Amino acid sequence: MIEVKDVYFTYPNGVEALRGLSLMIQDGEFVAIMGQNGAGKTTLVKHFNGLLKATRGEVMVDGVSTREVSVASLARKVGFVFQNPDHQLFCETVEEEVAFALRNFGFKENAIKRRVTWALSLLGLTQYRQTSPFMLSGGERKRVALASVLAWNPKVVILDEPTIGQDYQQKEKLRQFIVQLNAQGKTVIIVTHDVEFVAECNPRVVLMAQGKTVADGVAKKILTNYDVVARASIVPPQIAQIFLGLEDLGLPTDLIDVYEARRILLNSLGVSP
Amino acid sequence: MSVFEGFRFRRVSSPIHQLDPRVKFFYVCVMFVIAVMFNKLLPLILLFFVQMPFVWMADVQREWVRSMRGALMFAFIIFLFNFVFQYFYTEYPQLPSITLIEYSLSMTLRFIVLVESFSVFFLTTSPDHLGLALEQSRVPYEFCFAFTTAVRFVPVLAEEAQTIMDAQKARGLELERGNFMKRVRNYIPILIPLIVSAIRRSLELAEAMESRAWGASEKRTNLYVLKPKRPDYALALVSVLMLILAIYAWRFLPIPSLTTFLSF
Amino acid sequence: MAVIETRGLTYTYPGTTRPSIEDVSISIETGEFVILTGPSGCGKTTLCRCFNGLIPHFYQGKLEGDLVVASLRVEEHPIYELAKHVGLVFQNPENQLFALSVEKDVAFGLENLGMPRDEIKERVDWALRMTGIEDLRERAPHELSGGQQQRVAIACVLAMQPEVMVLDEPTSFLDPLSAQKIFEVIHDLNKKLGITVVLVEHRLDLASKYANHVIVMNERKIALDGEPREVFNSERARMIGVGIPKATRLYQVLKESGVHLNRVPVTSEEASQLLREVLKRD
Repeated sequence: MIEVKDVYFTYPNGVEALRGLSLMIQDGEFVAIMGQNGAGKTTLVKHFNGLLKATRGEVMVDGVSTREVSVASLARKVGFVFQNPDHQLFCETVEEEVAFALRNFGFKENAIKRRVTWALSLLGLTQYRQTSPFMLSGGERKRVALASVLAWNPKVVILDEPTIGQDYQQKEKLRQFIVQLNAQGKTVIIVTHDVEFVAECNPRVVLMAQGKTVADGVAKKILTNYDVVARASIVPPQIAQIFLGLEDLGLPTDLIDVYEARRILLNSLGVSP
Repeated sequence: MSVFEGFRFRRVSSPIHQLDPRVKFFYVCVMFVIAVMFNKLLPLILLFFVQMPFVWMADVQREWVRSMRGALMFAFIIFLFNFVFQYFYTEYPQLPSITLIEYSLSMTLRFIVLVESFSVFFLTTSPDHLGLALEQSRVPYEFCFAFTTAVRFVPVLAEEAQTIMDAQKARGLELERGNFMKRVRNYIPILIPLIVSAIRRSLELAEAMESRAWGASEKRTNLYVLKPKRPDYALALVSVLMLILAIYAWRFLPIPSLTTFLSF
Repeated sequence: MAVIETRGLTYTYPGTTRPSIEDVSISIETGEFVILTGPSGCGKTTLCRCFNGLIPHFYQGKLEGDLVVASLRVEEHPIYELAKHVGLVFQNPENQLFALSVEKDVAFGLENLGMPRDEIKERVDWALRMTGIEDLRERAPHELSGGQQQRVAIACVLAMQPEVMVLDEPTSFLDPLSAQKIFEVIHDLNKKLGITVVLVEHRLDLASKYANHVIVMNERKIALDGEPREVFNSERARMIGVGIPKATRLYQVLKESGVHLNRVPVTSEEASQLLREVLKRD
């Protein structure tokens, strides 16, 4: 469980990124932290594995304050997949890359071998085991970064802007993968401004603006609440926009999914689906 | 390091900031020459104070003090080094003389005077301005461009280095632990992504440069042009006068040394 | 009149055996707003690089087929000459700004061309005005947000007054609101100045409302080429896995259930309007 208690954070250059934010994430939840660029989303999640320590207030992971433990020990529980995989890749082979964290955490050699094999097969990278990560395409490198985090099986997985630069099919695959991770009991936290992606996943949404939370609830309710969406300077999903335009006809406005939209419309037209 | 803070350009509208960098550089060179001319304390102390009005006029007192503080440590090392070396070279095994102390102090003060003038120069000259000055001084454009582009990307690279460190720390890399060798090796996961990223970045920059007609014309024109104005001529004149005065003093005036002072 | 015309264009990067684009034949008319899209690796970035001559001059390699841009055959003219006619805005905002002030960056291309100072000043002022960033004139690029940086990049290219502006996924790193602003700026330039726009994008939900021509690439070849509604609604687009606007998807799923809207919508406003008509009908 991750508890954020009235956290304030100011960067060394004076920018106040978090202003009194409180949040609780239970084990096994699927949360999307959303908001405009600069709202403080990445700053917030960097507190979860101790990379940043609050200037005021406290962050507790499983009952222990992040101030009292090292980043390395928190990382064991909280895996963080950074936005740009090229900020991590440095090894000669994909195998070494995935094994890197395992070595840091003190796993034994045969355990490392097993886990590397497992992580590579999970992300469809087995054939690249001995390949240099620099030879792979952008999408493949992202998968290597993901594999290297999943290899040590953290309880919590944080993905920072996982959909940037991805095409529709890649996003679909990612979405299914994330849902699967969550189904296996992992706490999944994604930081994103991609409303359409979130609309398809329908997780819990924590909406941030200027270092504070503006809303917290089910995606369906949050992303269709225009007041809150405007305050956070994000754009609502297209389906929601379509139904906003039909508000006066008495149709429900909290729709974000295409198939649900169809169901409502067919209902309204008296057509059986 | 705080000593570097004392050299980073601070954007302020002061008369010193408006001066042509070439004139400022001339001034700095003159200060250098004068500082090297004397190895007695008195003229160096004078030189130190003579530059203060410039610091005040440029409104960069805080940063300047920081650079001075940073330089103090180096100054101490220089003093020690000079003192010990000269002592064992000339006066050992007698007790060190006042002349020796004065000499070491002078070497130290010389260093401080130089830091002082360079600090004012860099604090009041934007890298842009500097690049322009280089261009107009007939330095080939490729070098000027490399210079300004490098300066432009320094904060970007610094941020990237921080992000890379965070990313690797999040994979269990501990940079603080271990003996010296282990610590050095722990920087490989930081350096390699940084270097690879720099290479990728240069490729993208090259593409952008080409796409904006790089190399189109032999005679490249410029949006800005540095034109020396009256204050620039004034500074140049002042520098030349100081130089002449210094040469006169050096050749013809007997400068009291510390020993003379103390025997009063 | 076609401002970009290709016939059987095929390009292979040096050191590779397989071409990165194959047999590409397209025609883009002056003043069009074209969206070029397709799955990752389909060749759209490679094709963009051909339009301003980076391919073949910068990247070398083997270019076959015909490519004429603004009446110039690309193989026969150096990049700096083509740059006067085709501007290219890249994906990463940070890596296309070199100078320490916005003004200097916008002037960069014109300085390279050896233009006289007064003309450079005029054009810089004009470009800053057209992209709405006059207040950023003296700022350093590192202080700017991603969206602001991209607007500067557009101004830099605009200052050279090209007939065509090619933008390679310019909003990848931007949030949706900033992305919208960028599309509005580009649309403005297209409408007011008649600049032909070729926009490579994945975010079709935000960008498609501005386009009047859509080209979809797949596996290094042209797969679809035509009017936005037709392309987005086509079966082929679905097979390829193009992320069509949700409004169009809604149209499709309703059609499957026997509900027909009068037209294929591409934006949410259109969809609302069309749904209203159908709902009112009953």
